[in-house]
Amino acid sequence: MNLVWKTVAAAFAASLMAGTAGAQDTIKIGVTQPLTGAFAASGNYVAQGAKLAEEEINKQGGVLGKKIQLVIEDNKSNPTEAVATAEKLISKDKVPVLMGAWSSTLTLAVMPKLMEYQVPMLVETSSSGKITTSGNPYIFRISPTSEMEAKAFAPMVKKFNIKKADFLATNNDFGLGASQEFQKMLKEQGVQIGAAETMDPKATDFSAQLAKIKASGADTLFVTTAVEQATLILRQAKEQQVKARIITTGGSVSPDQLIAQAGAAADGSYHLVFFTPWFPDAVKNPDIAKKFVGEWTARKYEAGGLTEGFRGWDGIHTIVAAIKAAGKAEPAAIQKAMWNVKVKGINGDIAFIKQGPAGKESAQNVPSVYVVRIDNGKVVRN
Amino acid sequence: MDQLLQHGLNALMLGGTYALLGIGLTLIFGIMKVVNFTHGELYAFGAYMMYALVMLLGVSFFVALPLAIALGVALGALLELVLLRRLRGADIDTTMLVMIGAWIALQNAEQLAWTGVAKSISTPFPAAPLVIGPVSVAWNRVFVLVVALILIGVTYLLINKTKLGRAMRATFQDRDTAALMGVRIGNIHTATFALGSGLAAAGGALLGPVFVAYPSMGDLAAAKAFAVVILGGLGSIPGATLGGFILALVEELGAGYVSSGYRDAMGFLLIIVILLFRPTGLFARKERVG
Repeated sequence: MNLVWKTVAAAFAASLMAGTAGAQDTIKIGVTQPLTGAFAASGNYVAQGAKLAEEEINKQGGVLGKKIQLVIEDNKSNPTEAVATAEKLISKDKVPVLMGAWSSTLTLAVMPKLMEYQVPMLVETSSSGKITTSGNPYIFRISPTSEMEAKAFAPMVKKFNIKKADFLATNNDFGLGASQEFQKMLKEQGVQIGAAETMDPKATDFSAQLAKIKASGADTLFVTTAVEQATLILRQAKEQQVKARIITTGGSVSPDQLIAQAGAAADGSYHLVFFTPWFPDAVKNPDIAKKFVGEWTARKYEAGGLTEGFRGWDGIHTIVAAIKAAGKAEPAAIQKAMWNVKVKGINGDIAFIKQGPAGKESAQNVPSVYVVRIDNGKVVRN
Repeated sequence: MDQLLQHGLNALMLGGTYALLGIGLTLIFGIMKVVNFTHGELYAFGAYMMYALVMLLGVSFFVALPLAIALGVALGALLELVLLRRLRGADIDTTMLVMIGAWIALQNAEQLAWTGVAKSISTPFPAAPLVIGPVSVAWNRVFVLVVALILIGVTYLLINKTKLGRAMRATFQDRDTAALMGVRIGNIHTATFALGSGLAAAGGALLGPVFVAYPSMGDLAAAKAFAVVILGGLGSIPGATLGGFILALVEELGAGYVSSGYRDAMGFLLIIVILLFRPTGLFARKERVG
């Protein structure tokens, strides 16, 4: 739908690039993010975080004596476009490494292209188990899988005294995967599963699902989707007097945005997040977290974007660490070096473990997961 | 039983919404025979105008609502004068392509003007829902239903009982005869398109505060509007109204008792079944189609 504009913009961008970068004095890093469409808000935050990292790295002299240059493409929240952006970045911009693609569905779409061109991709946002278990050795994921999230949440089940749980998940790889993993974890702890509902990723009215959930009488409702739908679910749950405690999973439901847009309906809800900008001291590397929050605030970016934006920062720093270790900006060397990087990130210490079938393992980081609560319009530690 | 009651109430609220989306489109699509791909964008335009007026300019909600609708009417008139006026003799394919172009341009303009981050619009209604026994509903949704029913009633009277309405129907049934009877064809085209656009903007202005405003919000609204119009029969206002309520009820019950994953499919399944038995929709008179 945005094809016309994309073509115009691409032609324009190409003419600009022809002018400025005949140069081999920069190392290009390709970034594919949803800058428009359903996930536009989150994609733009990740891109902002990535650009902050680019600036910081270049201020300190870049890597291998060269500046880094991000080439950011808009995948329009659309899997077909995600593939097109990856192909463009690899074959036209000749980037040796990618970061992307925000969400499991967009990442899964890009993965075959990584195999085809043998270019590694750092996955900054996505949770579906399939991404690291399908035997794609070019995948390096820093965000947690749904299984990891469910495991991290497991000790909380007793604390919350959950007896019966309902699920409302967006109908895609992300939502269905999380719903499955959390159900599995809860069943192991003897929790009864009530209604397990899904919704179209574009839907805005959830009245039918919520009426069913209300009737199930569960004490807890797990919601897995992006922040836009989560906002509407919180509001509509309040309208229908759904009494269950609402817990969102996936780390992409920005509590600040919920407070701004759902207002009082957000009170009493819990959220699994991977960065807690409200309490920078609670994270593993507070210095880095504070520096990032400072840069973000200085540029007057939305505070609600911090819990997304940090992924861009961590992702680019991890890639640059791998380029440094590789000693050259070539796909195979970066892929090899990435396995051994140890990066102090905002989320915690980033390092990769092996997942998936032997011989063609994907790389998976083991990130920190935090639970926060919204109380009277404020985010509090749980 | 409580669940069934809640589904029924939800369907009533949602049905009013769908009906409102449907009547604007049925005027343009059903009476003018223009496949109006910009319908969803006018809907988004109405929502963003509410956002601009209420949240940015501080205009009172109840003043902003008619203003947003008026701006929608104006944008509709502008689209007709700039784009459709030149295409009056053109075939349906050309018109359709131009309207698709307008749809893309409008949606990208919204993205440019408002960014991709969803905007929330506050309302003067109490946050606590209206509770009736075991079921409950938000006050702003009740307001939407009431205003939607009023707008539907007014539109029905306008088309069927006024001179302007008669001129509209005459123009699109037989343009030459209408012109011979002294109807100003050009003005009628503009007025009809503006009216239909105003109704779409009204839908957005009413529902923007219920949901949130974002650039691609019109796509889903347009899909529902087309479903409602086809279900009810082209050009029929009672058809679009009833079609809206039927679609909402089928979606609610389908999602509640069959599978929520197939919620949107239920509506389209129903349309297929109805079109098998009544190919012109529930209400369209035979002579209008063809």
